[in-house]
Amino acid sequence: MELLAFGKTGWGDELFYATLMTIAVSITAMLVGFFFALIFTPLKLSKYKTLNLIGNFYTTVIRGVPELLVIYLFFFGGSGAIMYVASIFGYYEYIEINAFITGSMAIGIISGAYSTEVFRGAIQSIDRGQFEAAKVLGINKIGQFYKIILPQMLRLAIPNLSNVWQITLKDTSLISVTGLVEIMRQSYIAAGSTRDPLFFYSFAAVLYLLLTYISMKLINKLEVKYSRGY
Amino acid sequence: MDFDLMINSFPKLLGATVVTLKLLSASLFFGLFLGLFFAILRLNKNIFINKFAYGYSYIFRGTPLLVQIFIIYFGLGQIEYLRTTFLWVILKEPYWCAIIAFTLNTGAYTSEILRSAFQTIKPGIIEAGKSLGISNKIIFYKIQIPIAIRQSLPAYGNEIILMMKGTSLASTVTLMDLTGVAKYIISTTFKPIEVFIVAGGIYLFMTFIIHNVIKYLEKKYSFQQ
Repeated sequence: MELLAFGKTGWGDELFYATLMTIAVSITAMLVGFFFALIFTPLKLSKYKTLNLIGNFYTTVIRGVPELLVIYLFFFGGSGAIMYVASIFGYYEYIEINAFITGSMAIGIISGAYSTEVFRGAIQSIDRGQFEAAKVLGINKIGQFYKIILPQMLRLAIPNLSNVWQITLKDTSLISVTGLVEIMRQSYIAAGSTRDPLFFYSFAAVLYLLLTYISMKLINKLEVKYSRGY
Repeated sequence: MDFDLMINSFPKLLGATVVTLKLLSASLFFGLFLGLFFAILRLNKNIFINKFAYGYSYIFRGTPLLVQIFIIYFGLGQIEYLRTTFLWVILKEPYWCAIIAFTLNTGAYTSEILRSAFQTIKPGIIEAGKSLGISNKIIFYKIQIPIAIRQSLPAYGNEIILMMKGTSLASTVTLMDLTGVAKYIISTTFKPIEVFIVAGGIYLFMTFIIHNVIKYLEKKYSFQQ
């Protein structure tokens, strides 16, 4: 137990901050994912073939390629891409992006592909009459999507979004390969310096279980709240 | 774009794909049996057996695969007793550790898929079997299992694809699978985009094949025929 003590002797405080880091990365990634989903969902549902193709390309590629490979792409290619963009604007210094941003972008793009699929399914299960009513009232396309479809869709999407959240939370463990000190990385460091990998990795597993358990409870509450009227 | 690098790295990556496929097929094979075993335990009326099976699937579905691999590869080696048994022959190899971790992981998901498939079988079908005087054992093997397999095909297809992506984690325990070799090439050439396109393309191709095979099987075993 003294291995988990807070302060200089144990790893308690380090693991506590690492857990906060995991939560922070997961939430950031989830929000980045929503941002991507809000762009790509309309594309996937669009009447135009080209827009459809772009939307499908995004979800198919990201969901068909291992998360680790996407993270490596961002980790090794991220600063190069930023520097390339910067060089267009005449800035040639070396730019290093921190691991938090790289990690949450990579996981966010992955999470976005799953969210897009969830949103698409939810929109398709909304009654057609809602679209028609909005059209009759003369609301334009953008207004239709953001004011009428989106609020109804969110309720239908919550159960599946909770799955996406679980996937995102577990995927953050992969960012440890880039050196960001979250639960997995911290356990790796602790295991290395105490030569007690069994204890620290098992403890990491317990932390992840706690996180998934607590978030499930919270999401269930949210689900009850939003389906009150039904 | 460095097309030469893409062409040169293709054979290396293709060779590594064999490792990925070996890991995938071994863990799916063992995982299917494990999943079936735990699905049957889940349907057991005994509350302890039931809870045990639920606990197994809850733990393996609630923690990242990376943690599971690390516990098995780095963690188990720490137990002195284990080093003296014959198990150590298996556990000192990263290849077998990865397969054990993948099997346990996919087994947990498979047990959930099969359990829900068993539960959606209409009681009338089992009753019909009973009224024909078929024994419980044969009802289970000849009626329930084939129907459950058909029911779970779409979900199991997704699980195969998820597992294929999961095998990329083998690269974290020194195995040179497709992702492992891709990372090696990226870190020696610093050309992430080119390597990503080739390696990602191979993964997408495998996803495409799995997807279509499952679709074909679904059609072949659909109830309409």
